[in-house]
Amino acid sequence: MPQTLYDKLMSAHVVREEATTALIYIDRQLIHEVTSPQAFEGLEMAGRKPWRLDASIAVPDHNVPTTDRSSGVSGIEDPISKLQIETLDKNCEAFGINEIQMNDIRQGIVHVVGPEQGATLPGMSIVCGDSHTSTHGALGALAFGIGTSEVEHVLATGCLWQAKSKNLKIEVNGELNQHVSAKDIALYIIGQIGTAGGTGFAIEFAGTSIQNLSIEGRMTLCNMAIEAGARVGMVAVDDKTLEYVKGRPMAPTGDEWDKAVDYWKSLHSDAGAHFDQIIKIDAKDIKPQVTWGTSPEMVVAIDGITPDPTQESDPVKAEGIRNALNYIHLEANTPINTVSVDKVFIGSCTNSRIEDLRAAASVANGQHIADNIKLALVVPGSGLIKAQAEKEGLDKIFTDAGFEWREAGCSMCLAMNADKLEPGERCASTSNRNFEGRQGQGSFTHLVSPAIAAASAIAGHFSEVK
Amino acid sequence: MEKFTTLTSITAPLDRANVDTDAIIPKQFLKSIKRSGFGPNLFDEWRYLDHGEVGMDNSKRPLNADFVLNKPEYQGAQILLARDNFGCGSSREHAPWALEDYGFKAIIAPSFADIFYNNCFKNGILPIVQSNEVMDELFAVEGEITIDLEAQIVRTKSKEYSFEVDQERKRRLMNGLDDIGLTLQYAKDIKAFESQYFKTYSWL
Repeated sequence: MPQTLYDKLMSAHVVREEATTALIYIDRQLIHEVTSPQAFEGLEMAGRKPWRLDASIAVPDHNVPTTDRSSGVSGIEDPISKLQIETLDKNCEAFGINEIQMNDIRQGIVHVVGPEQGATLPGMSIVCGDSHTSTHGALGALAFGIGTSEVEHVLATGCLWQAKSKNLKIEVNGELNQHVSAKDIALYIIGQIGTAGGTGFAIEFAGTSIQNLSIEGRMTLCNMAIEAGARVGMVAVDDKTLEYVKGRPMAPTGDEWDKAVDYWKSLHSDAGAHFDQIIKIDAKDIKPQVTWGTSPEMVVAIDGITPDPTQESDPVKAEGIRNALNYIHLEANTPINTVSVDKVFIGSCTNSRIEDLRAAASVANGQHIADNIKLALVVPGSGLIKAQAEKEGLDKIFTDAGFEWREAGCSMCLAMNADKLEPGERCASTSNRNFEGRQGQGSFTHLVSPAIAAASAIAGHFSEVK
Repeated sequence: MEKFTTLTSITAPLDRANVDTDAIIPKQFLKSIKRSGFGPNLFDEWRYLDHGEVGMDNSKRPLNADFVLNKPEYQGAQILLARDNFGCGSSREHAPWALEDYGFKAIIAPSFADIFYNNCFKNGILPIVQSNEVMDELFAVEGEITIDLEAQIVRTKSKEYSFEVDQERKRRLMNGLDDIGLTLQYAKDIKAFESQYFKTYSWL
């Protein structure tokens, strides 16, 4: 029977099947400091040891400062952030888990580091106590976010109980419009299907527009699958995938590489495989996107206007629009490109890879941020990306244009470290969530692509790339 | 984990869709390395008028009188009524920890985000899905309602509504069973799987 990519990935990992759920084997667990301390504590209290040490790799990312780190973890100003990172270091040492520590050049956002190190490989089952684990599906892996109890469960048993998701294929075909990136595709899709549109589904992104995306772009897209409600986002393996993986530190070599490639080439949906739902999108309908509200589905094209709740027939939706406009201090029917911006954030597991930095730098090159921009931050996804960008002179382009060039981490995506917005500040952000208070209490987040973020920093308001 | 069999309680009606886990427990409280103590910061930004930080004396903070959990008639509610896509966003298990620590044992909504839904069962919280029509009726109920997990029924004074739940999850909730202990009963199966698996996928 023809199988979908998701079906193939699931069935390769089934240890035991029960009526509605299966025990699946986990190849890789990625660990960070926020969702792991209670899991390690649980193991310790029960006197349990990790099932398989080399399945796990840890890296601190959510809390790390993006400014000077020369005094190491002990130099972190916020005592609670410091404690969390120290706890990760301590737990990894005590349990014997491989950790990339804060001042290692390979440190960065867990979803950037995994693929970069070859810790993420096609065909793997990958979990992490972070919803954006869907990112890794870009390499044809089965990857999804879990809670802390499940982190503990995977540490202790090497496995996880999973109910099978339904299959959703989202096909995007055609050539993308100018300055439209993977981020715009993601936001456009979420605008169409809503933040619960993918709930209960594993999404496979397919079609010529997706095939034409780089692996970095596919990661951006799969990263946002969770914002459409789907825990899993995937793209089939192709030559680009193999090229990306080859030579990574943890990727196989020699005969093992050849053997792996033979298998990886089978990681696509078979012709005639059954999908529970198929959505088709024409690439020419997608313009650069900007969110206007407090949910990623509240999104318009850069030349669009904020919605009018009096025009919405569904009362729950109308109330949602009213609440969001009220929170974010915008009137109905406002052209989004007239809204001025206070801060700009280029980074996060969605958009902090080298291609993202190149896109933003090409817009910023020779320009300067507008006078009303209080802060424009560029936070690379890893120390290695930072080094690569510096080799290409991107840091110079950014700093000449008035941007700040920082150390790698999650930073202002969720503002657990010192990088946050003040109440009432409005941010053009390349991150993934525009929830109330996400980037700082009472602050306003608008999700955009790296190119639009840079263009908005230059213009001082949301702007197309000029 | 505490067993869940039946629960009779008044309900707290949170009448908004897409309540995300950032709203349920804001990120500053995620810096804790403990599992307990999140209850006073549940819905922190909606519940209090000032900005909450770790280590504050929450009993001295100004309350937002308009927020549902602060209204006198909903004090002691152990059942939360919510709208579509409850618990969307971040996978943080601090969200069910905060709900549980506050005293909620069940949540009834038309739909839940997947990760949050899973996380509830790990913490003895029963998430129940009911249609929008039933939700409207439940939002209108005054007084207590009863959840009978064994019978899979939500009971009001005048009506009964059945609900679906995965039978294995039901069994675990009703018996307060520890997931890891149960899985380790299959340690032999896992080992057998591994020996075959690493032969086939020898590069892993």
